[in-house]
Amino acid sequence: MLVENKPGALARVVGLFHQRGYNIESLNVAPVDDGSYSRLTVTTRGTESAVEQIMKQINKLIDIIKVADLTEGEHHELELALIKIAKVNDLTSIKKIIKSMNGKVLKNDESACVISVTGTSIDINNLLKVLKKKKIIETVRSGSIGLHESKKTLTI
Amino acid sequence: MKLSGGDMLMRALREEGVKFIFGYPGGAALHIYDAIFNQKKIEHILVRHEQGATHAADGYARATGKPGVVIVTSGPGATNAITGLATAYMDSIPLVVISGQVASHLIGTDSFQETDMIGVSRPIVKHSYIVQKTEDIPAIINEAFHIATTGRPGPVVIDIPKDITAPENKFEYKKPAKVSLRSYQPKIHPHPGQIKKAAKAILSSERPVIYAGGGAIMGNASTQLKALNKILNIPVTNTLMGLGVYPAKDKHFMGMLGMHGTYQANMAMHNADLILAIGARFDDRITNTPSKFAPDARIIHIDVDPASISKIINADIPIVGQVKESLDALIKEIKRSKIKIDSEAVSKWNDQIKAWTAMHGLDHEMYLKKSKSKLIMPQEVVQQVYRVTKGDAYVTSDVGQHQMFAAQYYHFNKPRRWINSGGLGTMGFGLPSAMGVKLAFPNKEVVCITGEGSIQMCIQELSTCLQYGLPVKIININNQALGMVRQWQDMNYSGRYAASTYEESLPDFVKLAEAYGHKGFKVTQRNKLGPTLEKAFALKDQLVFVDVYVDQSEHVYPMLVSPNGSMQDMWLSRGKKT
Repeated sequence: MLVENKPGALARVVGLFHQRGYNIESLNVAPVDDGSYSRLTVTTRGTESAVEQIMKQINKLIDIIKVADLTEGEHHELELALIKIAKVNDLTSIKKIIKSMNGKVLKNDESACVISVTGTSIDINNLLKVLKKKKIIETVRSGSIGLHESKKTLTI
Repeated sequence: MKLSGGDMLMRALREEGVKFIFGYPGGAALHIYDAIFNQKKIEHILVRHEQGATHAADGYARATGKPGVVIVTSGPGATNAITGLATAYMDSIPLVVISGQVASHLIGTDSFQETDMIGVSRPIVKHSYIVQKTEDIPAIINEAFHIATTGRPGPVVIDIPKDITAPENKFEYKKPAKVSLRSYQPKIHPHPGQIKKAAKAILSSERPVIYAGGGAIMGNASTQLKALNKILNIPVTNTLMGLGVYPAKDKHFMGMLGMHGTYQANMAMHNADLILAIGARFDDRITNTPSKFAPDARIIHIDVDPASISKIINADIPIVGQVKESLDALIKEIKRSKIKIDSEAVSKWNDQIKAWTAMHGLDHEMYLKKSKSKLIMPQEVVQQVYRVTKGDAYVTSDVGQHQMFAAQYYHFNKPRRWINSGGLGTMGFGLPSAMGVKLAFPNKEVVCITGEGSIQMCIQELSTCLQYGLPVKIININNQALGMVRQWQDMNYSGRYAASTYEESLPDFVKLAEAYGHKGFKVTQRNKLGPTLEKAFALKDQLVFVDVYVDQSEHVYPMLVSPNGSMQDMWLSRGKKT
């Protein structure tokens, strides 16, 4: 969704999910274009009618400029994750695992190994399962961001 | 000319045509109050509690269609206004509530009388502002009134830190340009294709019902609704919020529907093959169990708020648009259509409704004869008020049994005459909202039908009524118990009356009214009811509090059977189900 960059605008969106009994699985927000508004991506789960109702309620918020359901059609989805694991002795094997996810080893020393990956949230979930054996020390995820695949756009 | 923030605020309010401010001063609002003092065009009404301010502004808005304006101070002033905000939000009433805030440099420091009003009120406002620059005041006020009154109306909060209104800081007053928000375009026109579909569906139906709610009143569509049914001649029901939008005296009117709706209205909804919903939102007090709602009906739903459509009950033909404009378009389309409604089928349907009405209509006299009660029945109180006021009063109410009796037995023929908290169900609403109505219409009869529970929630406003000379009539249907709670305890808790009685603690309301400088009458005998009401209403310039003792055991019927019932499952009287 596109949200005016005004005080309290984000709180209104987040509050609405809580107020109407919906869950936010992930949330990403940053200003785009001229900076007068932000693009906000929320991942949530619900039946078709529940999602439709969420969208209608969001649209009613005065600071919301536009809202769209990316899963209605083909779309690109991407999430960034930074993962810290214990020092890796065999870097090649790690690099092999993360290669398909644009993975990079940012640092690998006595204290820890930090890697970055991008992919769909499912890809990242799967990777985290694989890395579990290596003892994950810390994870941070950006939350998904997305774009329509086709000519469809979410712009002003 | 340069103006201080306070003076800017007053000028901006004047330019919006504001006549009354309902409010209560306090530290953070004192610059604003000084600005109120320095002008004469807007009258400030000092309430006795901020809840009263919001309800009074709300009553004013409901009766006039114009936005109500409130000013409160920070902290407790602001939080006391919350119940009134929530009440207005649930019923889509346009309010502009201005709250003083601690000075900008103190925000976030837990300073004296500091509350995050924007945060506290967020889920119960249509929109809110915190003013960060004095120069922004004219534009924010302008925008706030625009948002409060357009689309689906609702309350808007403007939080103003004290330094913003300081008298020493003066700025040029810039008249705001016409409001244009890229994120808010409330003017939606009904889709012609949908209007066509709707007309066809109505004209092909055999058992149609019009179900009109508060949106039809807020959208000023009473004339259109009447015109539509001049052509169609089909049964009409109104929600609690919609009473008056279609005249109760009309032969096609079935009364209210829903939880305490009439037998005929609920039966008609359940058995309809087409429901034309106009500015109504299928809430749980209407539909009963949604999966069992009107099994054979196609649903046409007209609403200005797209989020109301298919929220509870799926609409077969949704029409998003202003109710008035949509009905105008629908009337045109129906007149133009080659299909004509099957008048034989509709007449058979109307006969069916007549038969239902005869079986279980709201005929209080019928039940009274059977009961042989010597006590005053609460229904009769409303019937007598209706008679004495010739059915033409503005009636406010509180929440509970008396509210339902008022809705059932005061037959409203005009919109905006019935003022009650339908969505939130706020006890304490009746008296302050009556003050707002009386200020708007000083020459009209304004009655507050209340109960001894509700009236005590905002009774302090009796003092406000004296200060500003507001001779409303208060009819206290006194059953010495929290009636609706007691009814539920009778029906679902085997008569275990947990916290629903007062023992011997009720005040002497006559003395109380007198202590506040008004007139009080007490009625305990049936034969004194009519004459006392006549005497009360004859005292034109005085607030009269009529305390009527009624039969405590009386329940409100019909009543939908819940949980798991449909609209045709009703309690019709004690122990008697459909």
